[in-house]
Amino acid sequence: MRRGSWFAALATLAAVVALAFLVVPVIAVFANVGPWRLLDALDEESAREALWLSLRTTLLALAIVIGVGTPAAYLLASREFRGRALVLTAIELPLVMPPAVAGIALLAAFGPRGIFGPAISGAGIELVFQTAGVVVALVFVSAPFFLRQAIASFAAIDGRLLEAARTLGAGPFRAFATVALPSARTGLASGLALAWGRALGEFGATLLFAGSLQGVTQTAPLAIFADFSRPAGFVSALALSAVLILVSAALLLGVKLLGGERALEGAPRP
Amino acid sequence: MSPALEAHASTPLRGFSLEVGLTVRPGETLALVGPSGAGKTSLLRVVAGLMAPRSGRVALGEETWLDTERSIDLPAERRRCGLVFQEYALFPRMSVWRNVAYGVDRPHGQRRAAAVEMLERFDVSGLADSRPVSLSGGERQRVALARALAAQPRVLLLDEPLAALDAATRRGALRELRSVLGELGVPAILVTHSFEEAALLAERLAIVDRGAIVQAGSPAEVSARPRSPFVADFAGAVVLRGEATSEPGELTLVRLEGGGEVRSVDSASGPVAVSVFPWEILLEPPGGSPRDSVLNRVDGEVASVTTIGNRARIGVSVPQPLSTEVTAHSAAAMGLRPGKRVTAAWKASATRLIPLG
Repeated sequence: MRRGSWFAALATLAAVVALAFLVVPVIAVFANVGPWRLLDALDEESAREALWLSLRTTLLALAIVIGVGTPAAYLLASREFRGRALVLTAIELPLVMPPAVAGIALLAAFGPRGIFGPAISGAGIELVFQTAGVVVALVFVSAPFFLRQAIASFAAIDGRLLEAARTLGAGPFRAFATVALPSARTGLASGLALAWGRALGEFGATLLFAGSLQGVTQTAPLAIFADFSRPAGFVSALALSAVLILVSAALLLGVKLLGGERALEGAPRP
Repeated sequence: MSPALEAHASTPLRGFSLEVGLTVRPGETLALVGPSGAGKTSLLRVVAGLMAPRSGRVALGEETWLDTERSIDLPAERRRCGLVFQEYALFPRMSVWRNVAYGVDRPHGQRRAAAVEMLERFDVSGLADSRPVSLSGGERQRVALARALAAQPRVLLLDEPLAALDAATRRGALRELRSVLGELGVPAILVTHSFEEAALLAERLAIVDRGAIVQAGSPAEVSARPRSPFVADFAGAVVLRGEATSEPGELTLVRLEGGGEVRSVDSASGPVAVSVFPWEILLEPPGGSPRDSVLNRVDGEVASVTTIGNRARIGVSVPQPLSTEVTAHSAAAMGLRPGKRVTAAWKASATRLIPLG
């Protein structure tokens, strides 16, 4: 036998075990429920409401993240200032923060008894047990995924391209819109896909900050937990899980494809 | 008649400070020549409005672009300097024509036509729909020039426009650039580390070292009378003009403007620039007919003798200005002084021809 082949065998075994462990639960979701029972379960009012709420709240949260995050990331990427590293770290903190902690933190800031609670209710805005509260929680947990990627993408742009645009008569906004945005496009899109994935799976912060009211704050992950908690709800939980797996897989595939396009960009075109 | 450009800047750079003042007349090309990192590009950036100096003033005629004392700093987009970047900085996501149209101030429907018209001038209109990534170095350089000129710049700034090209492409690009600069009615500044390039493209040049202009003047003047060993080392090419005729199998014959003939191993025909390094040129007493391998002999008169340390730059009028370098000892031994008749001699193989047609 070749020397070292025992190691190759061991590594192959490790790879097989790892793959099986990661893939089996995903397959199990689909194997446990036939496609017809799955569709039946989705026909339930609460499931449809939860999916629809998830779609609306994540899209709204993403719109806010893009609208505020893109110019903010551009500024942070292109300016040098004291404490920049600190600011970037602060932005990334929610990435590693346990979701339950995020929920408590949001309550402490914007909850009824939080620092800004009186000001917010004074302005006639209600967040807790409201769909708006879900959006606040989603923005808080997903924005760092987008910001991080966006800052990196903007920082990677060759500064001379922006300077060339300026000398050709473009003001700062036109240079941003016509040169910086297209250059950072793939990075922004993959950041967006990651943020969306995170927002779709959001559970803890939403539960603590906005609660789990069916049709109002009960997003798909919360509905899965609610289904799971009631007798005979396992099938419904599986059905919703299957849908979320499909959506997550689509997002992951999107990120991979965008990454692939970027990798191909250096090659000359025919 | 467009106005002249005036620029003064003082600002700290890495390790030294930039302290430069210059004026460029409309239609004139000033070359900033010096080693990498001397501050040449920084000066271009100050003029273009991409870098704010600690103190300084930039004005185009009556229009002040920058005056640190009066807190005036016009943004780059309102100065409209055509800046050709060293690596061209073409927008990679846009087609060639969109690159060129970027600075064109015309209604939407006419922008493509305007861009293609400018591309035709540089013989690259066939590339209008290509992406910059698919272009060769020479093509990128043309597109970058077309893009800068299409925006109708009030000042043209060229940052090492030929440095990214291979030697063969550079010759053609040099000729093209010469004709562009000749037709341009606005002040132009060319940054280069090649004295030869500067001598061919600019009427006036300034040698820049560690942030300061150490000598300025016409290329022939600076080459013949370098003020320091540094300038002498940098002002390292004589450029003469003439008309070349090529015969198959023979050396190329060049009749110099103002008199004299030289031969070169390079092939060319029509108007050319003859380039030779000062240290390749020997000085002999006039009238001799030595039987050595040196083929080119031009009679002239010593115009200047500049001693720098143990060597001497000798300016010779043939009558085009030519400069050569000898040791201070030989200069004394030969009795070289202004007015003395001499013969300048160099090999045909040390004679480079650059077509100017």
